[in-house]
Amino acid sequence: MASASSVAPATPRVGAGVHPWVRFGVRRLGRLLVSLWVLVTASFLMIHLIPGDPVRGALGPTAPASLVAAKREAMGLDDPILVQYWHYLQGLFTGDLGTSLISQLPVSQIVSQRLPATLQLALLAFLVAVAVAVPVGVSLGVLTRAGHGRRTELVFTTGSVVLGTVPDFLLGVGLVYVFGVQLDWLPVAGNDSASAYVLPVLALAIGPAAILARIVRVEMVAVLEADFVRTARAKRLPRRTIYLGHALPNALTASLTLGGLFLSSMVAGTVLVENVFAWPGLGSTIVSSILTKDYQVVQAVVLVYGVGVLLVNTLVDVALALLDPRSTIRED
Amino acid sequence: MQRWKSVLRTPLGLTATILTLAVLVLAVVAPMLWTGDADAVDTDNILSGPSAEHWAGTDNLGRDIFFRTLVATRLSVELALAATAIAVAVGLVLGTASFLLGRRSGRLVTAGINIAVAFPGILLALFFAVVFGVGATGAVLAIGIAGAPMFGRLTQTLVAGVEARDYVAAARVAGVGRVRILLRHVLPNIAEPLVINATIGAGGALLSFAGLSFLGLGVQQPSYDWGRLLFDGITSIYVNPAAALAPGAAVLLAGLALNLLGESAAKALGVGVVGGIPALPAVARVAPAEPVAEGAGHEGSDLVLDVRDLEVTFPGPTGPIRPVRGVTFAVRRGEAVGIVGESGSGKSLTALAVSRLVAETGRVDAERLELLGHDLRGPDTRAQRRLLGTSLAMVFQDPMTSFNPTRRIGGQLAEVSRHHHGLDRRAALGRAVDRLRAVRISDPERRARQYPHEFSGGMRQRAMIGMGLMGSPALVVADEPTTALDVTVQQQVLDLLAAIREQDDVALVLISHDVAVVAQVCDRVLVMYAGRIVEDLPAADLHTAARHPYTRALAAAVPDMETDLDQPLAVIPGRPVDPADVPVGCAYAARCPLATARCREQDPPLEIDAAGRRVACWHPGESPESGIDELGSLAEVEAS
Repeated sequence: MASASSVAPATPRVGAGVHPWVRFGVRRLGRLLVSLWVLVTASFLMIHLIPGDPVRGALGPTAPASLVAAKREAMGLDDPILVQYWHYLQGLFTGDLGTSLISQLPVSQIVSQRLPATLQLALLAFLVAVAVAVPVGVSLGVLTRAGHGRRTELVFTTGSVVLGTVPDFLLGVGLVYVFGVQLDWLPVAGNDSASAYVLPVLALAIGPAAILARIVRVEMVAVLEADFVRTARAKRLPRRTIYLGHALPNALTASLTLGGLFLSSMVAGTVLVENVFAWPGLGSTIVSSILTKDYQVVQAVVLVYGVGVLLVNTLVDVALALLDPRSTIRED
Repeated sequence: MQRWKSVLRTPLGLTATILTLAVLVLAVVAPMLWTGDADAVDTDNILSGPSAEHWAGTDNLGRDIFFRTLVATRLSVELALAATAIAVAVGLVLGTASFLLGRRSGRLVTAGINIAVAFPGILLALFFAVVFGVGATGAVLAIGIAGAPMFGRLTQTLVAGVEARDYVAAARVAGVGRVRILLRHVLPNIAEPLVINATIGAGGALLSFAGLSFLGLGVQQPSYDWGRLLFDGITSIYVNPAAALAPGAAVLLAGLALNLLGESAAKALGVGVVGGIPALPAVARVAPAEPVAEGAGHEGSDLVLDVRDLEVTFPGPTGPIRPVRGVTFAVRRGEAVGIVGESGSGKSLTALAVSRLVAETGRVDAERLELLGHDLRGPDTRAQRRLLGTSLAMVFQDPMTSFNPTRRIGGQLAEVSRHHHGLDRRAALGRAVDRLRAVRISDPERRARQYPHEFSGGMRQRAMIGMGLMGSPALVVADEPTTALDVTVQQQVLDLLAAIREQDDVALVLISHDVAVVAQVCDRVLVMYAGRIVEDLPAADLHTAARHPYTRALAAAVPDMETDLDQPLAVIPGRPVDPADVPVGCAYAARCPLATARCREQDPPLEIDAAGRRVACWHPGESPESGIDELGSLAEVEAS
């Protein structure tokens, strides 16, 4: 009979050298920093890529040349580009995002005024989407597992494809028409009351919820075929434990991998939805600023949105690592 | 072309195709037919609602919304197609860069694509809309370039797939230039998925464009696309909702049509979709019930497992398939029974059926199916689950996939006791650690806190056995427990199973295609062929006294110390029987050197002899070793 000692040292795969979590953290942080740098540089370059003089564009053709020159001077636009870049980076670290060409307000003030409304909208929509998608996807996954409920599957898949394809702003227009114009149940503009949140949040959440639910269902069906689910069945665990305890975490891992992109697209989705519902957030700000050529504000808001997307993506990766410890290693 | 036609066969694909064609036709003819109507100003009807004259009402200049929506089709589609063309072109350049430029520069492009892909399209589009300026041209460029990274990544993945193929490697070796390889060999092979994705992308571009125009950043007055109409209509949605709804519906319909067309094409051209499985009709019995080895019957309390006439049926594309066709056997306390056979012989399904683990689509029928005297055929009650969960231990083939990758080993063992013994978390975990120690895993406290991927293959399989020992099993069913393991650790697992058997008088059913393993571990061997037991004999007799020609062929196919290495290794000619197409008569007849006309007409029953050995053969024990003698004896048998 083989002795235990001959087997024990078979797997020092983990633990040798740096802990995998540390390695994962360093790697992920590195990627975040590189992406941030690209983002910051892109937002810096934006003003310089615009054809023509951005200050002239903002102040209009009738503004006196002396005023334009003074503005350019104040913004440092006449400095060598690397100097400007350096000042831009310095400004970011000190929270100075420049001054609006139109309202003359500090851009950081505009952003901090507008950011909370956008954050609320995105976060609520995210919670609603996940709260709807996961239970729906899991239940349908169970209902349509291996050969069951073919008709249910067809109806659900078609429905979720259609819902997932409808862009959020069209959904918003539809919701405004039905619940605002026809039924007059809910406010369709602003964020003054709790009920005003309903339609914008729905407009933003329904599409991603449909896509996510579809992904969760597919993953759930696949996971229910897995060997370890058979093992759980062999242990004669209650169905609920098998579905929720064993299948769900694995289905969620795969769903998050695919669905993570949709979550960050919700951040950007606020731009259109805010404009449907006159929501006083960054999305309305960026569009009005683009139209008035208030490039300092546009630059800052693009940056804020980009950072939001990067943070969401990083959070998704961390959540993945927590749900599935293999993913920290798989990256090697 | 033929394959593209299959897109039309699904209702969804057909609808999407018709809608897409309608949109395209409209894009061509609408501006020719209705530009006049669309631009006509009706000052009597400003911002009016839908009427017989103006189906979708009018805008603030009294222009007809319905006609304007129709006419806007062309501009909307043109802009979307232009943006898609840019996205595909730039994406192709990005995606093939690593192929053309070599690994190092390619890696840089890949990194760039990865960063860009992380940002949502609308954000990129906004960025480029600022850079290129507000207006239709700027928006086309913005949406096109914003879509490029995604196409870049797609192209990259597709190219990488084709790059690995032999003909590309061959062309490279032959010294063909990279550009030429790309044009001649790579692009034609990735064209189909690219076209499909471009179709989906065009739907997306149409919707994105509507979004930008809706924000006022796309098409500007006096031109109008659907997004622009929507932008104008939404401000008066309380006065004339149709002014927003009509262009909105048009965008949606066109976007969806393109999207669904792409999706259904992808589905139709991808993996062949199997049609629905018909409901399971009741099937007439094929084989008569097999005699039981135990003459004494089942009142003897030392029977752990008693199976009579077990059948497993699955729905198949042309009718029910029955991979297990009437299997009868019993296992006594402490006995080790091996089940051997080739793939598809039904041995694994037999194991799953007696453990009530056959996939839900399958149906299990048996005249008797008892574990420790409890009928397992009944409904899945709590008592039955507990019996199966604690008295029956399963060991599966692949310990890597048989553990839940997201949970710690200790917890996976502990939950057996938590559910069936009502232990609390700590006590259950304590037992799990104890069981890990029992299966000779060193440092079990630490190991219990680890995840399956931190275990080696052999250790995982021992942990799997330990999981079975969480209860107090009377029977261990091991389905190919060593097949997925390194040869060096196979013996450990077999030793462990043997030790467990000895210690607690546990019965073992060992399923294996490896006759040598079974002969070593088991007391008795059941040989299965085409879903039936063809021979049941003591393991010791396997090499010496087997009577079924299939058993002898199996035994002979295993080389041992005495095998003459100058001779070619013995193989069994022919192929195993397809469960969907079991021939009449003896299923083995087609491969059997002894087969006679009778074998091809009548399936031999499984006959039991005085010693309790069973065999299903019309010519048991007849085969002589050499071909000439064989022919001779065959002739004798035919004559007799």
